[in-house]
Amino acid sequence: MQKVLIVGEHDGRILNPATAKCVTCAQGIADAEISVALLGADTSSVAAQAAAIAGVKRVLRVDRAENEHPLAAIFAPQIVALAADYTHIFGPSTSFGKDLMPRVAALLGAPQVSDLMAVETAHRFKRPIYAGNAIITVEADPSRKLVATVRVASFEAAPAAGGSAAVESTSTNAALPAHTRYLGAKSGSTDRPDLQTASRVVSGGRALGSAENFKLLYTFADKIGAAVGASRAAVDAGYAPNEMQVGQTGKIISPEIYIAIGISGAIQHLTGIKDARTIVAINKDGEAPIFEVADVGLVGDLFQIVPELERLIGA
Amino acid sequence: MQKIMVGIKRVVDYNVRVRVKPDGSGVMLDGVKMSVNPFDEIALEEALRIKERGTNVEVIAVSIGVADTQQQLRTALAMGADRAILVQTDVLVEPLTAAQAFLALAKRENPDLFFLGKQAIDDDANQTGQMLAAIWERPQATYASKVEISGAKAAVTREVDAGLETIEVDLPAVITVDLRLNEPRYVKLPDIMKAKKKTLDITTLDALGISVGRLLTTVKTEPPAQRQKGVMVKDVAELVDVLKKKGLI
Repeated sequence: MQKVLIVGEHDGRILNPATAKCVTCAQGIADAEISVALLGADTSSVAAQAAAIAGVKRVLRVDRAENEHPLAAIFAPQIVALAADYTHIFGPSTSFGKDLMPRVAALLGAPQVSDLMAVETAHRFKRPIYAGNAIITVEADPSRKLVATVRVASFEAAPAAGGSAAVESTSTNAALPAHTRYLGAKSGSTDRPDLQTASRVVSGGRALGSAENFKLLYTFADKIGAAVGASRAAVDAGYAPNEMQVGQTGKIISPEIYIAIGISGAIQHLTGIKDARTIVAINKDGEAPIFEVADVGLVGDLFQIVPELERLIGA
Repeated sequence: MQKIMVGIKRVVDYNVRVRVKPDGSGVMLDGVKMSVNPFDEIALEEALRIKERGTNVEVIAVSIGVADTQQQLRTALAMGADRAILVQTDVLVEPLTAAQAFLALAKRENPDLFFLGKQAIDDDANQTGQMLAAIWERPQATYASKVEISGAKAAVTREVDAGLETIEVDLPAVITVDLRLNEPRYVKLPDIMKAKKKTLDITTLDALGISVGRLLTTVKTEPPAQRQKGVMVKDVAELVDVLKKKGLI
């Protein structure tokens, strides 16, 4: 039997929805028994959320003061200790998982499948390379443990209710290093939906021309309850903060509707949005590559179109 | 701060649109332009800026790859690295093997910092830096957008999903860099001439005592699913109409 340990991501209050997507991914492995590990200062609340996810058998809590912030150097040896009984160790392909999981894999001497997008068998998976221009099928040695980061855009979240996993508090003997310390965080606090899990995303490119003009998108997004994203060009130009970047080296998202405004559609950007259900493109250049992938396209001046769109949608 | 090592990977140039071979055995790489992985250029630039701020800092560019990887290391030397080391091999090197090779070099050179790009734009694995830090038993600071060195410590601001996070690490440490850490310099012709005289040592995985095992085997390569080209609408009213019909607004 395959035993999958999913490293849950959370902020102490809320379990990141990426965790439930990892559960769906793990369910692709026949007969998999799924556990979720939660490391934190106090994981009581997020453990309850993880236990309720349909398909989770066990939730392992490792609460200790050192786990307050998710530092890879602190978390990795503990995950390795927990991994002893498992065949697969999965984490989300978010900045948290991408930072942590390779450290776990190296300590285990195990291979890592990055951005796992499809499960074929317990040891055969698909993942993208070259910014998604090619998809490879990789096979791992079944006698070794396997580590993976799960491409969350490729999986639906397992239902957040209906599960009744056993919650166990546990500890490990792992020696924790003192060489890495958390100093602080600066997040663009926003009331808008989270970009990675939003069902609607409005996204802007270099054609917006300034951070000031990006407000046009914020207003529109707020009207339709959307998250706001940006192309790399817009982030590099300082029109939008880094956490809004969508694409190969930013966030990979899969909303119901993605409205690309003034984004030409470089391949690196398209990589981040190709799992969107519907892509709407608004661009003044009718030859822009974004129209090759858009379900609905409109050529024109965004500064006229966006306010009109906002008005008509509200009407 | 005395010594900084920088990992350099030879990859298909950023501007090349990679295509899958019709028989599914891989991607077409014949005659394709090869370059330094863009993230590794940023890593090298950061090392050079630290060198230029301080005194007596040596910057060593290191790579693992085929003989032609010397071209990318010459580029690194032209940018300003003091010397280079190539671990020459014709086999495909997985991230853990790359980390083991870098560790062997790090143990020989004892750098204060080991910079790498956060990912290579060919395999997009995003693993080598973290794996190196793990087996070196040293701190890792991934996705760096700001690096401040003070004495035997570095404060590193990281690009994370929620925004920016700052951590402090003791040196030596591994730092993997993100896009907005700096803008790499352009190489000038006189620098290319000068780079030809710099030392480029060549070693092998064998000489470093590393056995190459495959942990993952690629059994198939295929093109991604294509999205169907959609419809063009003539104005906003029609756009809203289409979206309403799809039940999206």
